[in-house]
This record gives sequence, C-alpha cells and structure tokens, in this order.
Amino acid sequence: MAIDSAAPRYSAVAAGAALELRGVTRLFGALAALTDITITVRPGERRAVLGSNGAGKTTLFNCVTGDFPPSSGTIRFFGEDITHFPPYERIRRGLRRTYQISALFPSLTVRDNVYLACRGVSRGRFSLLRPGTNDALMHATEQLIQAVHLTPVREQLVAELAHGQQRQLEIALALAGAPRFILFDEPAAGLSPTERRELVEILTSLPAHIGYIIIEHDMDVALRVVESVTMMHNGRIFKEGLPHEIEADPEVQELYLGAGHG
Amino acid sequence: MSLVQGTHQETGRPAAARTSWLAWPEFNQPAVWLVALILLIMPAIASNFFLIEIFATTLILGTIALSLMFLAGYGGMVSLMQLTIAGFAAYMVAVFGLSANANISLGWPWWLATPVALVLATIFGTLGGTLAVRTEGIYTIMITLAIGAAFYYFTNQNWAIFGGHTGINTIATPKFWGVDWRSDVPYYYVTLGVAAFCYFAVQYVSRAPFGLALQGVRDNPRRMAALGFNVNAHRVAAYAFASFIAALGGVLQVWNYRQISPGSVSVGACIDILIIAVVGGITRPVGPYIGAFIFVILRTFALDLLVKFGLDGNRFRLLIGLGFLAIVFWSSDGVIGLWERWRRKAAMKGGGHGHR
Repeated sequence: MAIDSAAPRYSAVAAGAALELRGVTRLFGALAALTDITITVRPGERRAVLGSNGAGKTTLFNCVTGDFPPSSGTIRFFGEDITHFPPYERIRRGLRRTYQISALFPSLTVRDNVYLACRGVSRGRFSLLRPGTNDALMHATEQLIQAVHLTPVREQLVAELAHGQQRQLEIALALAGAPRFILFDEPAAGLSPTERRELVEILTSLPAHIGYIIIEHDMDVALRVVESVTMMHNGRIFKEGLPHEIEADPEVQELYLGAGHG
Repeated sequence: MSLVQGTHQETGRPAAARTSWLAWPEFNQPAVWLVALILLIMPAIASNFFLIEIFATTLILGTIALSLMFLAGYGGMVSLMQLTIAGFAAYMVAVFGLSANANISLGWPWWLATPVALVLATIFGTLGGTLAVRTEGIYTIMITLAIGAAFYYFTNQNWAIFGGHTGINTIATPKFWGVDWRSDVPYYYVTLGVAAFCYFAVQYVSRAPFGLALQGVRDNPRRMAALGFNVNAHRVAAYAFASFIAALGGVLQVWNYRQISPGSVSVGACIDILIIAVVGGITRPVGPYIGAFIFVILRTFALDLLVKFGLDGNRFRLLIGLGFLAIVFWSSDGVIGLWERWRRKAAMKGGGHGHR
C-alpha cells in the first residue's frame, strides 16, 4: 500500500501500550452497554473483537473515539489519558476509525471526501485559500485514492458510488495522515468475496507500526488479519487469546461460532 | 468491480478537467461573462429608478441573503438573524458616523465608521452564532429568530443609542475624490462591486478547505469530528464569515436609504431574507441574487398590477406568498432547481452531454 509509509511522527516505543482501557463502563440509562472493560493493546498489535449483536463492540469503539464518552473508567492512548478528550483531539493524536454503516459525505466527490480526511489531521482546517496544483495534501489525497483503488471514480459524488466502493472510501478516510491506531467496525459488511479478498490484502499490507482493532463477523476475514482476539458478551470481556485458541475454545464455539460453523 | 486491481480504466478526462477543480471553473461559462457585462453597462441601459430601486436593491438584498445561503446551503444552518446582523451594521454606521441625530452619532468620518461597523456587526453575528451552534435544525431557527426579534424590540425601546422607534435619519454617505458615492450611478457601481466581491468570495471559499469542511459538517458532523475537525468551532467560524457578508449588505443598505429604524430590522424583514434565499435556491451563491430580483420585482410592481385588477395594492405580499408557495412546491431548490432540471432535460434531448 502506498499510504504514508514514512516514519511515524510519534515514537511507537515511548509508551508501553497503544491503547489501554481500564474499567471502562458505559451506561445508557439503566442499561449497561459496557461493564468494566479492561484491554491493553500493544503498538502495532492487530486484534479482533468478536461477539454477538449487542455484545457492546461498537459501543466500545464509540467510547475509545469519544463519540460518546465512558460513564466511568479511563482510556489511555500511547500513554496519554484521553478519557475526557473530544473526538477530534483523539483523531489528531493518531487514532482513526471506520463506521459499520458508511459515514461519508454523500454530496461531495470521492476526492473531496479523502481531501477532508487529510486536512482534518493537518493544519489549515480553516484555510480560505483553495489548494494549489502542487499542494502536499492534494498529492497525499491522490495517493490515498489510488491505494484503495478508487482512482477511476475520484470525481464522482459519493452518493453515486456502489456499496463496495463506499466501503473502500470508508477505509481510505481512516488511513489519512499518519494513523497510529485504527478501529475498523465491520469493514467487510456487505462486500462480495472478491472485495473481501481485497480488504484482507489492504489490512495485511498496512505498515507494521499501525495497529488496529477490527470488529468482524466473517471469521475468514477476521482471523486472517489479526494476532489476538477478544471475545465480548453482554458488554463484558468474555475471553482473550490467540486466534486458534479462540476458534478452538468450546465455550466460544457454543456462544458465537456454534451457529454458523456447526 | 472497482476493487479489483488491474481492471482500472482511466476515464480519459483531459488534464484541464483535473486542474479546473483548483482554479476557477466558474469562468468557463459564457453565461457568467454575459451577465457580468450586462450588469456593468446597466447605467447606460436602465433609468435611474431601475438602477437603484430594482438593481441596487436586488444586489443589497441578494448579498444579505447570500450570507444565509452560505450558512444554510454549505453549513446546513438556517439562520434567521442575517438581516439583524445587517441592520446592526447599519445602526453602527449611523452611530459612529454622521447623521441628523447629533446627540447619538459620534460623527466619525465614513472610512473609520464603516470598518468599525463591519467589525462590530461581525462580532455580533459571531456571538449569536456561538449560541446557535449549540442547537440543531428547528432550534437553530428559533434561537436566531429570537435574537432577531429581541434586537427589533430593543432598537424600538432604546433611545440613547438606537434612536427608538424613529431611528436615525439623514445619515452621511461617502464623498471623496470629488464624487458623491450616493448619487445614483456611482452608488450602483459600489453595490455591484461589493455584491461581486461577496459572490466570488463565497464561490471561492466553497472549494477551499474551510468551505469544503463546512459542507462535510453539513453532511455528517459526527464523521467530521472523527476526521479531526472541531465541528462547533467550524460552525462558529462559518457564522463569522457569513456575518461579515451580511454586515457589508447592511452598510450598503444604510447608505441607500440614509436612515435606519426598527422597521428595517423587523421580524418580517428577517423572514423576507429567508424567502429570498429559498425562492432563489440555496445550493449556489447565485440563488439569493435571483431570489432577490424576483422579490424586488414583485414588491415594486405587484402593487400596480393588483390595483389594475381592482384589488387592494397592499396585498402584494399575497402575490409574493403565492409565488413562494409555487416555487417551493415545484422545486425544493428554488429557481436554481427549476433551471437545472430544465437544463438536464434539454441535455438529455440534445444527445446528453452531461453537466453538473
């Protein structure tokens, strides 16, 4: 992949963990969507979060990105306590996410979408000047569009894109700038087998210093692109382990894999 | 399938199409040049009545409505206080400049009073925007309407600064280089210059990072935050930008009428700006000017027309209201929407070279 493979702007070894959640709980009224979640993810680590619908996976992402803050507990990102940061401050520190249901800008072109993502994590967000032909961010934008194979449709409105293309764009937005850690929320949802293969290729070819957590129901995708797995159930962590351990675990099979994998 | 590597086809767009995104694609259209030319030679064509009462007034109202178009079209924020900001600027010109109300006006020269008025009105609008961005949708409309109504009643009751319900009269207008800039032809060119500046500024900024990000905020604020944008700060900045444009319109207006009173900043007048923007169309900066032209024509001639049909001339608002209903009914995007639909149909019939 041709995304920003230059040395990361931050030292990956300075802090012990890329992402560290301690006792994170999220309440919606009386309902606990997350209860006492404690997770530590190393820099560069790739992890899958599995669990049935309503297990709290997406809520976990929302707490980490600040879409809604946790009711209690702390979240550290590369050693820094970001629990009470607004989302944009977290993003500017190298956190990225994709959305389960594509969250794009439908009335803008593919290029404008990617350009916004590049602009969001650099200076000049309020710039009143149109970018010139040799603008560095325009260059980064074109590279990113190429990396997710959207070059032929880069001037089309996002609303006109096919579902698979929108999913690709969704990933491109998360790769803008210098990401240090990415949260992928079901990136394979609704993709064809060919598109899934493409996705696996993109994920496995990400620069090694970029870690991620992926929520994915498709085991063929999920277990091929991660080195560790966290199982969630009813808003709690149910089990953590290596992919083959989780796959072989009888409890996990009964709870989650059982349905689809007989 | 686009995801499959090796099957990319280049769309074969010429290199010019690629650079046009960066420069000024607007100038590629002959219609733009034609309209610009007509506007420039207008004083040679139109009588002074048309020049001021129709065209200058259109340009002023269009500029104030443009500030609403910027907020609503690009930012998704419907602000009903744009006329209030313009009125605030107008009052400030009267307060800091010269007028017949010597006990109120400070008598500063126009080149000092005008920038001060613009800055104060921009601050006023930005503060209002800071309140409004805490809300969404209908609540934004309510808050900005409340600010407009409050300002109207305040000017009515405050005699020390705003001159109460009689307002401030006989306000001095710029005279320099041996030209009275309020005489009809020079004044027309002043309004044309300011309107052109505002129009191109909005058009330009819509493709600059600030304007693009604003459209992103309109489409999906949550995602914008997840891309590193401070959404509220962006919205407040949009109010600041729009306030400055509205303030320019307000200064032009006070130079036109040479007086300002609460009637000019009434709630009805605030809503007129909304009507102008919606009738014209809020997807493009040209919309508000089209809307203003229709509004001014109706306001000026509907009266005579109604009298001719034996109706009460004061019912001209009925015509405006019916026109408003008709346009909103047939096109959710005002006259621009109708125009674009017609162009699309014509393009399809004529072999269909697409446009956007």
